[in-house]
Amino acid sequence: MISPCLSSSNSDHGTLFTASLAKDLRVSGSVLENKPTLYTTRRFESIRPDQRSDVKYSANHKQFLDFPGGKVAFTHKMRFISESPEERIPCYRVLDDNGQLIECSSNVGVSKEIAVKMYSDMATLQTMDTIFYEAQRQGRVSFYVTTIGEEAINIASAAALTIDDFVVPQYREPGVLLWRGFTLQEFADQCFSNKGDDCRGRQMPVHYGSKKLNYFTVASTIASQLPHAVGVAYSLKMDGKDACAVTYFGDGGSSEGDFHAALNFAAVTEAPVIFICRNNGWAISTPTSDQFRSDGIAVRGEAYGVRSIRVDGNDTLAMYSAVRAAREMAICEQRPILVEALTYRVGHHSTSDDSTKYRPVDEIELWRSARDPINRFRKWIESNGWWSSDAESELRSNVRKQLLDAIQVAERTEKPPVVDIFTDVYDVPPSNLSEQEKWLRETVKKHPQDYPADVPL
Amino acid sequence: MAMSTGLRRCGRRLVASVCNNREVSFSTTCQGNNVIQQLQHGQLQETGKSLNLCSAINQALHIALETDPRSYVFGEDVSFGGVFRCTAGLAEKFGKKRVFNTPLCEQGIVGFGIGLAAMDNRAIVEIQFADYIFPAFDQIVNEAAKFRYRSGNQFNCGGLTIRTPYGAVGHGGHYHSQSPEAFFCHVPGIKVVVPRSPREAKGLLLSSIRDQNPVIFFEPKWLYRLAVEEVPEHDYMLPLSEAEVIQEGSDITLVGWGAQLSVMEQACFDAEKEGISCELIDLKTLMPWDKETVEASVRKTGRLLISHEAPVTGGFGAEISASIVERCFLRLEAPVARICGLDTPFPLVFEPFYVPNKNKILDAIKSTVNY
Repeated sequence: MISPCLSSSNSDHGTLFTASLAKDLRVSGSVLENKPTLYTTRRFESIRPDQRSDVKYSANHKQFLDFPGGKVAFTHKMRFISESPEERIPCYRVLDDNGQLIECSSNVGVSKEIAVKMYSDMATLQTMDTIFYEAQRQGRVSFYVTTIGEEAINIASAAALTIDDFVVPQYREPGVLLWRGFTLQEFADQCFSNKGDDCRGRQMPVHYGSKKLNYFTVASTIASQLPHAVGVAYSLKMDGKDACAVTYFGDGGSSEGDFHAALNFAAVTEAPVIFICRNNGWAISTPTSDQFRSDGIAVRGEAYGVRSIRVDGNDTLAMYSAVRAAREMAICEQRPILVEALTYRVGHHSTSDDSTKYRPVDEIELWRSARDPINRFRKWIESNGWWSSDAESELRSNVRKQLLDAIQVAERTEKPPVVDIFTDVYDVPPSNLSEQEKWLRETVKKHPQDYPADVPL
Repeated sequence: MAMSTGLRRCGRRLVASVCNNREVSFSTTCQGNNVIQQLQHGQLQETGKSLNLCSAINQALHIALETDPRSYVFGEDVSFGGVFRCTAGLAEKFGKKRVFNTPLCEQGIVGFGIGLAAMDNRAIVEIQFADYIFPAFDQIVNEAAKFRYRSGNQFNCGGLTIRTPYGAVGHGGHYHSQSPEAFFCHVPGIKVVVPRSPREAKGLLLSSIRDQNPVIFFEPKWLYRLAVEEVPEHDYMLPLSEAEVIQEGSDITLVGWGAQLSVMEQACFDAEKEGISCELIDLKTLMPWDKETVEASVRKTGRLLISHEAPVTGGFGAEISASIVERCFLRLEAPVARICGLDTPFPLVFEPFYVPNKNKILDAIKSTVNY
């Protein structure tokens, strides 16, 4: 069964939200701001707006009616709710721009070991992106997508999860795989579509997946993974696992119908799923002002009955804390959580894009240098004495060498065989596919020059 | 015999009254018959209780949930029993964590089902009418159908089964009558199954649920109440991708699926009176379909007629026709005939004109034989 992780006493408003996390919080205080009445220690019981008994009715609202869906107070004043809040949802951060811990910030804290691994993995991810991007430019890889600028979101969120949590990614989260142990060779093999690719060369580069690391295979379709994550979470819920589903998407993906479907289903089924939005300001060339007019994505959580938070996506410690807390709530309270991580897509959308065509170069440069999440975190770990410039150059040169080796090996490795065209369409190939394979082989034999020589027959 | 002709006319009126007022029980009679027998094809191997189609499906769902604790049934309105009563009693028996209503959102229903199935569960999903399956089309085509292939078989959603009522019902109009099977037959990676009767439905549904691939199971809604036959009470499965010759003949092969088979059977019966011997085949699984059985039959008869309610252009009959012409060109004595719905949205008051009825088929049988 789900491990008990809440105190049994009925707490009031304004207390710390979990007993176990309480000791990790540096500062006591409510984690749920502004709406203390929504917090409860009652486990497994939904907190539905129509079932809240603690709402007090002011003098204006003496009368109410039991509509289907619950009690609603009347008002004799006609008042439209504004299309935008007076204040935007504030953004949670713990490290300032210079990587200094902000006083009185609430965060769960992190050990040296985890902090150093987070930093190393971010630096590795950045190096991998740089080198693979170059490889594409040299024509060695057909396509690539970088995560530049969003390393903290990738790595810190991954670090806050356990290996039992199922990840349902979009396509800009290879850092989560890296954290879990996907090797540089495995990344390279998939990008080069060779025999070492677990996906058997069927998809474009960066479409990674790993059953053993509980990371569902990437697909190019936008936001279609969001309802999947809810089904995955529901399975974990029914199995009583101490685990949750985590799914990622961008600001663009939040416009898709599947986003609406997923949040709504997650709330109704009370599924332990964390929705992490990488709001990086751009959906290819579309800025967020052309994408939506809401206060970002975090504000939409409440519309679905989903608890949400806005976080500085370039603050490694804040991301780590928020996802840790989200995970705890998702599992203990069996509810979905929405985390909007604000960041900036420093790289182009992909190697098929040149973002200088639609945004100013100095804006890109600002985020690349002054707001780089890796440098910011590096300052913090160096101030703790956990990192040094020697460690830095050693890491960078090691990783670079490993990557270049991996690329060389990947280039030399055989492609998957032609039979892999026909397997896995179904569990067992049906007769029409057997016929087509036979026919294909005959034509390949007859006209070998029409076909790539490096794909074995 | 006279019952078959009476079947269609009577069926229309009977269904009309049942569908308009769901409280009317099946005992509403017509022409003095208390029970309308579904066509008897070959011999029923075993006896069982007389059940209509929705009860047979209900039984299959009960068995599926009973035999596999990791199976779930969900969709719009399934909790109280479903708008066609196919899910009656399930929520009471198996609890609302396994049998539950979903929000009104087909893309969410199928997407959620894919996620559940990907975690090694059986997600038996209901889309209330096949006419409303289209919001889920992306999830079916781009996700479910490709889930295994794109992951190199690391993941799969074979546990997904989508059940949905399809087809003409007498008064359904544009949005309660569609037969969209052809769209899904063009998607490698999913299976498409259409039962013709209660006994077939129970066995095929259990096979579909237990098949390791995502399956779309189209249930002929016209037959939910109308078709009654003896259905074995135990757990049994009928094979997918195996067509069945339900009536042997020598002059012409007819291929169909679902409710249309009973119309074709009447046409065959009338053709027999004029000395034409018809071989009638129920395709059962449209994707992947059993070409061998159809080919063997056409080699015998030399003639083929396909009939489906869906519009003729781009309908699945076109695929069957093209494949058989490829395989049997020199054997064919006449062009392959297709008697199908018109290329229009499904009209209400014009339904009798739109549908491929018995006489349209009979005339085509005769002109094919006399080509």
